Amino acid sequence: MSDVVVARSLDEAQEALAHQPDATVLAGGTDLMVEINRGLRRPRHVVGVAQVPELHRWSVADNRVVVGAGVTYTEMMTTALADAAPALAQAARTVGSPPIRNAGTLGGNLGTASPAGDTLPVLAALNAEIVVTGPDGERRMGLDDFVVGVKQTSLRPGELIVAAELDRPRGRQEFLKIGPRNAMVISMAGLALVADHDARTVRCALGAVAAGIPRARDAEVWVAERIDWDDGAAVSDAVADEFGQRVAAAASPIDDHRSTAAYRRHAVAVLATRALKRAFAQGGGDDA
Amino acid sequence: MTAEPVVTPEPVVTTAPAVTTGAANTAAGISAGAAGADTIVDAGTRGVGADVGRPDGVPKVQGRFAFSSDLWADDFLWGHTLRSPHASARILGIDIGPALATAGVHAVLLADDVPGRLNYGLEHPDQPVLADGQVRYVGEPVAVVAADHPDVARRAAEAIVVDYEPTDPLTDPEAAPTAEPIHPNGNVFREINIRHGDLDATGEVVVEGTYEVGMQDQAFMGPESGLALPDDDGGVELFISTQWLHVDREQIAACLGIDEEQVRLTLAGVGGAFGAREDLSLQIHLCLLALHTGKPVKMVYSRDESFFGHVHRHPAKMWYRHHADGDGRLVKVEARIVLDGGAYASTSSAVIANASCFAAGPYKVPAAHIVGLAARTNNPPCGAMRGFGAVQTCFGHESQMDKLAAALNMDPVELRLINALDSGDRLVTGQVITGTFPVAEVILQCAGAPAPDIPPSDDRRDLPGGSGRTTDAADTVRGTGFAVGFKNLMFSEGYDDYSSAACRVADGVATVTCACAEVGQGFVTLAQQIARTELGVDEVILAPAQTATIGSAGSSSASRQTWMSGGAVQAACRAVRDQILADVAADWGVSPDGLVLRDGLVVSLDGQQEALLAQITAGAGYEADVEYHHAPTEALDENGQGNAHVSFACAAHRVVADVDPDLGLVRIRDITTAQDVGRILNPTQAVGQIEGGTAQGVGLALMEEIILDNGQVRNASFTDYVIPTTLDMPDVTIAAWVEHPEPNAPYGAKGIGEPPTISSSAAVAAAVRDATNLPLPKIPIHPADIALG
Ligand SMILES: Cc1cc2nc3c(=O)[nH]c(=O)nc-3n(C[C@H](O)[C@H](O)[C@H](O)COP(=O)(O)OP(=O)(O)OC[C@H]3O[C@@H](n4cnc5c(N)ncnc54)[C@H](O)[C@@H]3O)c2cc1C
Repeated sequence: MSDVVVARSLDEAQEALAHQPDATVLAGGTDLMVEINRGLRRPRHVVGVAQVPELHRWSVADNRVVVGAGVTYTEMMTTALADAAPALAQAARTVGSPPIRNAGTLGGNLGTASPAGDTLPVLAALNAEIVVTGPDGERRMGLDDFVVGVKQTSLRPGELIVAAELDRPRGRQEFLKIGPRNAMVISMAGLALVADHDARTVRCALGAVAAGIPRARDAEVWVAERIDWDDGAAVSDAVADEFGQRVAAAASPIDDHRSTAAYRRHAVAVLATRALKRAFAQGGGDDA
Repeated sequence: MTAEPVVTPEPVVTTAPAVTTGAANTAAGISAGAAGADTIVDAGTRGVGADVGRPDGVPKVQGRFAFSSDLWADDFLWGHTLRSPHASARILGIDIGPALATAGVHAVLLADDVPGRLNYGLEHPDQPVLADGQVRYVGEPVAVVAADHPDVARRAAEAIVVDYEPTDPLTDPEAAPTAEPIHPNGNVFREINIRHGDLDATGEVVVEGTYEVGMQDQAFMGPESGLALPDDDGGVELFISTQWLHVDREQIAACLGIDEEQVRLTLAGVGGAFGAREDLSLQIHLCLLALHTGKPVKMVYSRDESFFGHVHRHPAKMWYRHHADGDGRLVKVEARIVLDGGAYASTSSAVIANASCFAAGPYKVPAAHIVGLAARTNNPPCGAMRGFGAVQTCFGHESQMDKLAAALNMDPVELRLINALDSGDRLVTGQVITGTFPVAEVILQCAGAPAPDIPPSDDRRDLPGGSGRTTDAADTVRGTGFAVGFKNLMFSEGYDDYSSAACRVADGVATVTCACAEVGQGFVTLAQQIARTELGVDEVILAPAQTATIGSAGSSSASRQTWMSGGAVQAACRAVRDQILADVAADWGVSPDGLVLRDGLVVSLDGQQEALLAQITAGAGYEADVEYHHAPTEALDENGQGNAHVSFACAAHRVVADVDPDLGLVRIRDITTAQDVGRILNPTQAVGQIEGGTAQGVGLALMEEIILDNGQVRNASFTDYVIPTTLDMPDVTIAAWVEHPEPNAPYGAKGIGEPPTISSSAAVAAAVRDATNLPLPKIPIHPADIALG
């Protein structure tokens, strides 16, 4: 049997975790409860954070978006966050069904750290900084340093995810995801692409096709040199296709019961080509 | 004394007489088909033919309906099953010590604790109640535990130490017949050889193909569950969701080693079945634990466990060669069908018979050589699922008909039309169809329905990939597919699957008793409609379905209950009516022929006399108890010939699908269907069967597959075994009910549950082929099959 502390403030949550550093954090429970019901996890101590107001906060500034760990998918889709971080809203819309989107949180997606976590490619493409707090004080890190393996994070005992801070670039954002049906699916392959018309860069990250959340850095650099940043001409088919191939090279997919490595690699190329074309359609696409 | 189990939070509502009339969804787009079909039913407001709402509908939607998982009793225990992790292994020893020592554990039972027959099975008792020295599939029950808390039971089961010696599993059904037997009964469940007509005949045009169907799960929403209560005399009472109470009882009693009368079953709320509840799952385990502990025991499988708790649809490999003359008339069909039956017999021998008998489709085929094999492997057992063998072969024969049409450069619908079977024609089994069988009309109604109006949409959710935002309209190609399928109604090959019903009319109120399992098909609505029509009453009480009060109703499968139990209820009501009219006629000194029951009255047709039925039936009332049998059938001979089936029904589907060929994603945009229904007895319920059955076929065509890896199930969850969502399943347009009353069927109605599942998968596959020009020989069609195909 577990003991459960329901924290009502960030202080209470931190206190409870300091007292019981091996406690498991419970947010929306859409991952944790499934694992408990399947008998895969039996936490002895639980700290519930769904009622911690500080974690529910989000804010939008000129060039920065801060999303609290307790922000739900529904909130990502329906608040002003959806305009400030469109790819996050698009990713949120692909998650589960309405009940899951009402309960599931960004912090939970990070905490689970599955390669198929749908917000993670978006966070990677938006250069997210993950803010955590714990016995050692506050720490900030990029997604690469936070997700260190399949369902493995660098969170230390007693640490809590507080928020993710994202870039807010001028340019279009795209999130695309493939599953075995048309809604409510675990990703077979996902991709986030962000255009930054000030930095004149394209950033692209992949989900469900590697142990982590790879950025297609070579492809990003290659394509940035081929974009008509000044006049906004549409990207050519040839560039978009080659970009797709180069993005696919960043994937290291496996065969499993959900799909095959060959399909995932192929799919990532198609998704990248399409995302690029949408982001750099005629007119430059810096209106987003 | 047995404690009455308490059902929370309300009593089983199927007994409630209150019925709301007039469900709202009298599906738009339904046109009355059958011109000229005579009106044989009295479509009174709440009688047969009327759109009566189901008595359990509103409670189910509101969450007030008690399912079998909602049962409880005072001081009851929870059962849990320990299952084999191996597809094939010898059991060298089992140590239950640590489990028994767990606080809260009341019993840990093994094969040695089974007091009666060690094996059970629907057709052949070849499946151990608990594994005895050997396991033959992943998930096979090895031990059962009863404890005072479900977690305690689960942990105690985990504490049982089983010493397995794994052996190489046999997973290829084609290799099974010549492989070392993995069961004392051998590796072949049944081989069928249908030889019909001139086998040397050849056609001018010949097409050949090999097709595959994956293992589908019934995916009902309510996992296996039940509650067993021991009585004081060594007997047991079981509240259970099942498809057939009496056949459960027979098997349970044999394995418990007690008389059938000592086992009393009551149907508990069933959360879907689709064939998966025809075999036993936890029934015997529950009774064993209850008798052993002397306490009520409840068991509920988890969603994941449910995938191991019931049989699945047989995966199939099919080779076909079709011969036709230059005009497209079929000359001969050759086929070889291999079904993987998994580790135990279940209904494999009947499924392979159906697959073989209907392998050529609803077409005139002068010559046929069809070989069917159902083999035993170390894969999960397969058995009954909606469509029962005809689904697999429909994908085969319809794929072939499209191939033949292409070879002949002929319209695929036209090809089907010129070959369509009709009453008076012969099946490949030599049987002449004596009932109605309007295949051509079904084809014409479906194919002739107006082309769907699919407005362009810039909402990506209307496109392949749906909410994943993968696809724009420019990335898609559109295809249209058409398919027809058919199967038998009722059990076949000499089996007398009768049904029993009783009717009592007292104080003007009718009470109907029948053990027919309501598994969602709507019998509870229909039984009341029938009693109203036959007895002219309004209030009809349907007694609980139980083994103690009435004889067998047969199985809620094979599209048979409307005909069989509907027939039994009709006959019982008519017997009571005749008694009442005879008494009243004698009293009035008139002939009973001049009297009818109507509006709660006994009325003379000349309008001279009437009396209140409530008065006439005051007190003890009138009662009748009947058994209803269908026309007898016969076994198939060594050439697969014989009048093996009672009746047939067909359906057609036309599917329009948008496909994203680069990603291999599919969005079905329209499904239109027509079906041979005999006679519609309740329009809304008929729509429900057609929509649900079609969706199950869509699932099989595009996504539903149990993935096996050397006997291990890789996707035993609703995370990875996916079924269609609203973005995968469009509204179904019913082009027509093709109504030609079936001569021997009560009210002329045919069963309608299975045909929608048979042709829908094939039509979806055909639409995707039409869009992509890929051969796509296997369903489900996965994205990689298209994108990398
Ligand atoms: C039916 C269904 C469909 C789903 N579909 C999708 C999908 O399409 N895409 C997808 O990405 N996911 C999906 N999921 C998974 C899940 O909904 C998401 O991962 C969700 O973001 C988890 O959030 P939660 O708040 O429910 O987390 P919880 O279940 O509460 O927690 C998940 C993990 O994160 C840890 N955690 C949570 N918050 C914090 C915090 N503030 N600090 C430290 N650790 C924390 C927990 O300890 C736990 O290990 C689905 C789940 C279900 C049940």
